Amino acid sequence: MRVATAKESYAADQGLFKTDTQKVWFGLLLAALVLFPLHGSNYWMFLAVLVMINVISTTGLNILTGYTGQVSLGHAAFMAVGAYTVAFFDGRFDTPVLLNLVLAGAVAAFIGYLVGLPSLRIKGLYLAIATLAASVILGFIFLNWTPVTGGLRGLNVPTATIAGIELATPDRLYWLVMPITVIMVLAAKNLFRTRVGRAFIAIRDRDISAEIIGISLLKYKLTSFAISSFYAGVAGGLWAYLFRVVTPESFPALASIFFLAAVIVGGAGTIIGGIFGAVFMTLIPEFLKLSATALVPWFPDASIYLAPVRAIIFGLLIIGFLIFEPMGLAEMWRRTRRYFALWPFRT
Amino acid sequence: MAIEFIDIVETSLAGLGTGSLMALTGVAFVIIYKATKVINLAIGEMLMIGAFVFYGFSAGLALPIWASVPATLVVAALIGGVIERTMIRPLLKDNPVSVFMVTIGLTSVLIGVVELVWSAEPRRLPEFLPQQPVLLGDAFIPSKTAYSFLIASAVMAVLITVFAFWRGGIALRATATDRAAASSVGIDVPGVFSFSWMLAATVAALAGILVGSVGGISSAMGLFGLSVFVVVIVGGLDSILGALIAGLFIGWLEAMVGRFMGGEFKLLATFSILLIVLVVRPYGLFGTHEIERL
Repeated sequence: MRVATAKESYAADQGLFKTDTQKVWFGLLLAALVLFPLHGSNYWMFLAVLVMINVISTTGLNILTGYTGQVSLGHAAFMAVGAYTVAFFDGRFDTPVLLNLVLAGAVAAFIGYLVGLPSLRIKGLYLAIATLAASVILGFIFLNWTPVTGGLRGLNVPTATIAGIELATPDRLYWLVMPITVIMVLAAKNLFRTRVGRAFIAIRDRDISAEIIGISLLKYKLTSFAISSFYAGVAGGLWAYLFRVVTPESFPALASIFFLAAVIVGGAGTIIGGIFGAVFMTLIPEFLKLSATALVPWFPDASIYLAPVRAIIFGLLIIGFLIFEPMGLAEMWRRTRRYFALWPFRT
Repeated sequence: MAIEFIDIVETSLAGLGTGSLMALTGVAFVIIYKATKVINLAIGEMLMIGAFVFYGFSAGLALPIWASVPATLVVAALIGGVIERTMIRPLLKDNPVSVFMVTIGLTSVLIGVVELVWSAEPRRLPEFLPQQPVLLGDAFIPSKTAYSFLIASAVMAVLITVFAFWRGGIALRATATDRAAASSVGIDVPGVFSFSWMLAATVAALAGILVGSVGGISSAMGLFGLSVFVVVIVGGLDSILGALIAGLFIGWLEAMVGRFMGGEFKLLATFSILLIVLVVRPYGLFGTHEIERL
């Protein structure tokens, strides 16, 4: 049983990793991520890349919704902005991949900043509806600004090429996506050790109090919108390299609900929750697909019901977690850890 | 291109017809918001499930119209009650954002249920409104639009009367003003919560039947709810009068924009209005301006 971890300095108390155990676990995780491709089939590599893209995007939404308390219903639209940016720059100017991804993040961050502007006047649920309005307007732009977005047909994305190596298949793309994911998640974790991150949390907990102790609400809310959209933009850019085509249908409104669900199911306001949520929500449709295939001998048309069942399960997960486990999978994880840490005493 | 006067008149009338349905759905939204302070993002989907239940009764079971409409309304009320009791009530004490997100989950569930039972294909409701087109002076109005307008107006008139004079309506308004005070004078506040959701689901289902009879039904018809949001935000979340006026206005605007600029500009126009209203007057035209204190 571990009673407590004694810390002797503020630096240690605020450290990214608070105990040696955490460092060991993180090292093991990194090793697993590096060794995973040795085992994975093409299908699993594709899933792994998709999961990591969703982890980036969910972490972004978590910064905005989980940590700053601003509900966004337009997160998928920011991802679409990133995907279109990559498709546009790589397709037209053949710019390097990493530059494209940074541009994707930057353009999405700028749009996110603009969308956040109404937060000067409105907040909470009104702001959520404003983001919904913004995503509808962005959808209109994707569909009708044909010279740039290709209209209804969308844009094809060239293969990502780094230093002459074509990252055409998921198992190669993995080596681009995995380091970016690790860096961005660590950066998010680190963000909440800084003044900016703590300001976000203060705004979430009580915005008026935060303003009274000297946090500029507008500035930090807009920063949060921009950072969150930056994550979405980078994720969208990687998504474009994975699927190689971007159309207005690529990021439907349901995708925004998907990310919101991932944040809630995983646990709003914890980085690990965003990771859990993204992994869980990405794998559920795959699990359903597998079970539908397994059911075919008994129900020949099981696959027809896949999409509706998925929609129902997404919805029920959101509702169920909000009612029964509002802190999400992260809280379950914490309870499990505490149980073992305090064993043989009861928690 | 000269725009003919008669064209404007006809488009306006058609728009007011759609607008009356938006207003009716908006009233359903406002009833829920007034009683439980829940922003119900699933109102469009509640409308959709009402339309599909009606389809089930009238086309699936081939019931006559006078039986299938009441049956639909009863089923819708039950659905509304179940939603309130199982999903909304447990969270009402918590922060409003959780309940809001529950209604987001609800949209997904309702769409899934409809696609599971009826598949995602668009369908047509059986014809039950008179077919004879209505002429107002020289202007031609499709019969369905005209009769939907009349039915929606009648229902709203009844609702407004009910809220003004009936005990239950007064209980609802009292709950909206101050829950604790309402409870202390003996109003069954949880009962009002359930009642408001059942009533709103019924009104939404009726609007769904009308919307479906004009434009057909599909699992995507919940999108109508997006325009309804714009209506209630422009009108003010807790104002029935606001929902009426904004509903007619947004319906008219969508019709005019759709006719003279192209269908794809409809949502753009309404949502631009939404953004402007949110920034300039967040509590809407007739809504209560809440002052926040620490």
